[in-house]
This record gives sequence, structure tokens and C-alpha cells, in this order.
Amino acid sequence: MALKEVTTTGLLGWVDQRFPLTATVKAHLSEYYAPKNFNFWYFFGSLAILTLVLQIVTGIFLVMHYKPSATEAFASVEYIMRDVPFGWLVRYMHSTGASAFFVVVYLHMFRGLIYGSYRKPRELVWVFGCLIFLCLMGEAFFGYLLPWGQMSYWGAQVIVNLFAAIPFIGPDLALLIRGDFVVSDATLNRFFSFHVIAIPLVLLGLVGAHIVALHEVGSNNPDGVDIKALKDSKGVPLDGIPFHPYYTVHDIMGASVFFIIFSAVLFFAPEFGGFFLEYNNFVPADPLKTPAHIAPVWYFTPFYSVLRAATEDFLLYWMTPAVIAYTLLVFATVKRSIGKVIAAAVAVAMIGGFFILDAKFWGVVGMGASVVILFALPWIDNSPVKSIRYRPGWHLYLYGLFVAAFVILGYFGTQAPSEIGGVLSKICTLIYFGFFALMPWWSEMGEAKMVPARVTFAH
Amino acid sequence: MSNSTSMSPASNSATGFTPGNPNDPARRTWIAVAGAAGAVGGACVAVPFVSTFTPSERAKAAGAPVEVDISAMKPGELLRVEWRGKPVWVLRRTPEMLESLKKTEGQVADPSSARKAYPTPEYAQNGHRSIKPEYLVAVGICSHLGCSPSDKFQPGAQPSLPDDWAGGFLCPCHGSTFDLAGRVFKNKPAPDNLEVPPHIYLSETRLLIGEDKKA
Repeated sequence: MALKEVTTTGLLGWVDQRFPLTATVKAHLSEYYAPKNFNFWYFFGSLAILTLVLQIVTGIFLVMHYKPSATEAFASVEYIMRDVPFGWLVRYMHSTGASAFFVVVYLHMFRGLIYGSYRKPRELVWVFGCLIFLCLMGEAFFGYLLPWGQMSYWGAQVIVNLFAAIPFIGPDLALLIRGDFVVSDATLNRFFSFHVIAIPLVLLGLVGAHIVALHEVGSNNPDGVDIKALKDSKGVPLDGIPFHPYYTVHDIMGASVFFIIFSAVLFFAPEFGGFFLEYNNFVPADPLKTPAHIAPVWYFTPFYSVLRAATEDFLLYWMTPAVIAYTLLVFATVKRSIGKVIAAAVAVAMIGGFFILDAKFWGVVGMGASVVILFALPWIDNSPVKSIRYRPGWHLYLYGLFVAAFVILGYFGTQAPSEIGGVLSKICTLIYFGFFALMPWWSEMGEAKMVPARVTFAH
Repeated sequence: MSNSTSMSPASNSATGFTPGNPNDPARRTWIAVAGAAGAVGGACVAVPFVSTFTPSERAKAAGAPVEVDISAMKPGELLRVEWRGKPVWVLRRTPEMLESLKKTEGQVADPSSARKAYPTPEYAQNGHRSIKPEYLVAVGICSHLGCSPSDKFQPGAQPSLPDDWAGGFLCPCHGSTFDLAGRVFKNKPAPDNLEVPPHIYLSETRLLIGEDKKA
């Protein structure tokens, strides 16, 4: 069979006849045209890849010394910290890297939220991104058990017991996850397997899908303008610049700044005041004694607060009226009867469930829903414009309120249960869900500003 | 040479294959059969893999009953023993502690231990939830999400607790509170009272946890 005609020569030509090397580099780097008006927020996509690589590389080295056994795990982590040459550095890079990963990913998601990067045609980019976020949460959770400290142990105990709250199948499901009647050696071994093999494989596949989907439709930008609408005679978008060299160099600058901050934390405050590595996790796991104060690591605390907010009076006096009001809103504004039927059925099921099922179960549902609801974003935003820049001014305050609720939930998730924390968590839980549940209505309201034909670029 | 096109196999009677018509019904059926067989095989292979997730024989065998000597316990003392990897508390209650149970009767969610999620043994379905009023035997695992509550025996106002606190247990994870009979207070995340494990007194001072009938 004749070889493919290629323009490259020599070794590269030989490769290109057998593997689409030049074509791939062109499609994804040198001839991938990204909008020229990327701002600060656009550093976090490449930084997320950087932190992923950092976690994989440090993880490979940690596994060389770590022992996934209930009797040896805690000691082997301390061995890495004290006896393995520079083991402390690799371990702290990995633990700080986990928190850095979440900082970067939260900012990356926030960027998508304010600039409408999830809107058509980028729905799948967003959905793959949400799946990556789910995997990341799983990866962090499984990894946190491995040092086998008190927080590792009791954190796993609580989260696995979440599944036990599911009616009928719950207790057996929790048993299946633990592989024992309590969190034990069997649990540690399987979590190790998930942490180092299963989830990373899925994660890498999803990151690939995320990037391929993005490059298929092209990047959004702070103006939410479609740069492909205006092209030059060669078919290059007028407002596009090749990703390489322009954004590769730009992102190397971003990576440098990132590493300065990362190193400062790594060398001067690797525990970050108990937020990145909790003090109780320097105590070996004790199945007989829960530490006086247990809380998840900071990146899970907003969702943890939602879990804690679900008490009986929250369901009866807060959620029941909210669900009824929401159903009335659907009845008053939705024209299609199928929508009304679905809304009524869901409302009846929920309110009935509030009375029949334990508050504990609804806490778990709320926690799950607070992550799953993100998937719906592309389909619940009815705004005529993508970017916050051209939305009605008051939309900004709504986003501010949402972020404030998320941060307050996060703060109280780190704290011991308290009266004021409980009330504020309930209010913020309603704000969090209200933001999404009411988005189909509020995103349409107000006067959107004129979106320019070209991106705004002032350099 | 003009007939070379007509020479090409327009149809092959042996296989029933017709070029240009990929939907050969006979082959379609066999593709469906092969696909179904493959799916069944795949599902069967999943069974052993999922089974490896269930507790091993070693884990199942580790549930033997535990014997506890309570002769040295002072009033108000809490003893923690391990049974099936879980903490089991033995609390020797003072008369004041027992008195507090009458006060908490109206504040707890399930005073008569009637709920069935963690069935309370018949011999403990009473106001003090125990065989002997003085001794409480309970699994120290919160029925919410499995944390082990801490003892807060000191009555009165203190952080995370109500001002009229009569003594009991506080779960540090989600703030559920229990009275000194392990009964959960109303409107807390935990739905159930602390589990009372099967137990029996072998003598005045020896307690067997994990079994309630002498073999």
C-alpha cells in the first residue's frame, strides 16, 4: 500500500506517514486558534493539567515506599517523612498538590460559570468537566484514608456510612464498599487500589475527552463572543491566535507564578494551619475513639455543610414551603402540561419523603444533589448572552450571593456544630440550591447589554 | 473485458451475501445471538469480581463475643471495650444519672426504643435501656454516620450543648446528642438511639457482649 503524501521530510516525514504527529500538533497547538482576549481566569485550565501531572509523578514515588496495610500504613507514611531521603518533600508536594488541585479547579469552574463557557455548543465540555470534578472528589476521598490517621479513619467511616442511608440497599452497599463490618484493612487496600489505579485511569480519559471536546468547538472567552463568526481569507478567526506559541508562553508565566505560591506553602506551611493536613491525622487511626472535632479537608466542607443542614425541622419548616412555592412557580409560568405533571410528582415525592424517610437520608441526597446539579447548568441558563459582562448589572450580585453562600457553607463545614452555624448553613443551602433551581427564571430577567461583534482587547 | 463487472460476484448463493446490501437477515440474527451471548458472559464474569468486594471469611469470623469484668468499675465510670471492631460502652450510672433519664424522657425522639432500624433487645426496652438499671451497655457508634460520640457527663450549659443539659453524649461529627440511656434527642441528625448489643450477665461482675443466650 502506498504511503500517505505528507509535506514534512526526513524523520518527521517518516513518522507523519505512519502517525498523525504533525497533524495533531497543528490541530491542538500551533493551528488551534484561541481567542486573543484571555484574561487572568484562563490560567487555571493549564494549571489544572500541571497539578494533575504533579500529583501523578509524586504519587508514583510515594507508592514506592508506602505500605497499604492497616498495621503498617501510618508507620510507612512517617517513614517516608523521616527516613526516606527527601521523602518529606515528595509527600508534602502530594498533600499540598491535592489542595492546590482543588483551588485551581474551583477557580476554573468559576470562570466557566461567569463567562457562560458551559453554553451551547460547549455543553459536553462542561459535562466532562463535571465528571472530572466527581472523579477528583473520589480520588481525594480515597487518598485521604491511606495515611491511616484518625481523620482518615473517621472521615472514611462517615462517608461510607452515607451510602448506608439509602433505603433498602444502603446497609449492604456500605458493607460492599468497606469489605468488612467496620472500616478496616480490607477497606484500606481497596481504597489504595482505587486511588492509584482505577480513578486515575478514568480521570486521564476524561481529561482527554474534555480537551478534545473543547478543541472541537473552540474556546469561549471573557466576552462570550463567538470568534469563529468572523474569519480571514485563510479561515483563521480574526480574533484568534495560535495556542502555540502565544498561550503556551503565557501559561508558562502562569505556571511560574503558581509554583512561587505553591513552593511558599510547601516549604513554609505544608499543613496550612490544619486545612491541608489536619492535626488529628498525625494520630494513628483508633477505631474506638472519634476525635473531639472531625471535619473533612477544606475542599469538601461546603458539601459537608449541606449534609449537616438537613435536620427534621429544616425539612419540615424550610424545605416543605420551599418545594411548595417552587411547584406553584412552575404551575404559574410553565406552559407545557408535562412540566407541570413532573413538577407536581417530584414535589409530592419529596414532601412525602420528608415525612417518611430519615433526615439523614435527605442530608445525603442534598449533598449528592449539590454536586450533580452542576451538570444541569447548560440547560437551565436561559440568558440571551453568555458572559457576565453583558448580563444585567444585578446578575453580578446574584453570583456574588452564590459565591458568598458557598464560602459560608465551606467555613461552617470546618467548624464544630453550633447553633448559629446550623442556621446559617440552612440559609446558605437554600441560596445554593435556589441559585440553580430558579436560574431558568432569573437568567431571562432584566435587560441584557449589547454584545459586540469582536472581542474587547485593549493592548 | 466489458463483462468483467458482471463477472464480479453479484451474489453468492452459498453464503447469501449480496454486496451493497449489508443487512443480510441471516447474519443479523447471528450477530444478535453472539452479542447477547457475549453480554451474558460479561455479566457472569462480573459476579466473581463484585463478590470480591464482600467481607472475606476472615472478616466474618472476627465477630466473636467478648467477656468483660465490671467488678472494678466505680459509679460514673465508662469502660470501652472492642467488639466486632466497634467500641462498646459499659457505663455504671450514678443515682443522679439515672434520675436525669426521667427529665430527658420528653426530649428524646424514641423514649421507648420502639424503632426497628437497630432493634433494641427486649430486655433493654425500658426507661433505662439496660438489664440492670445501674449499667448501660451500648455500642458507641452514632446512628447517623458512624462516629463515636464523646461523653459529656457534666450537666449544665457548655459549647455545642443546650443550657439545660442533663449529661449524656455528644457526637462530634454532626452534633447529635444522646442522654445517659443512649436515647437520641429530638431534631438531631441521628435517627436512632444508640444500639444496645446482645449481652448477658454471666455472673454479678462478668458481662458477655455479643451473645444473649448461654450456649
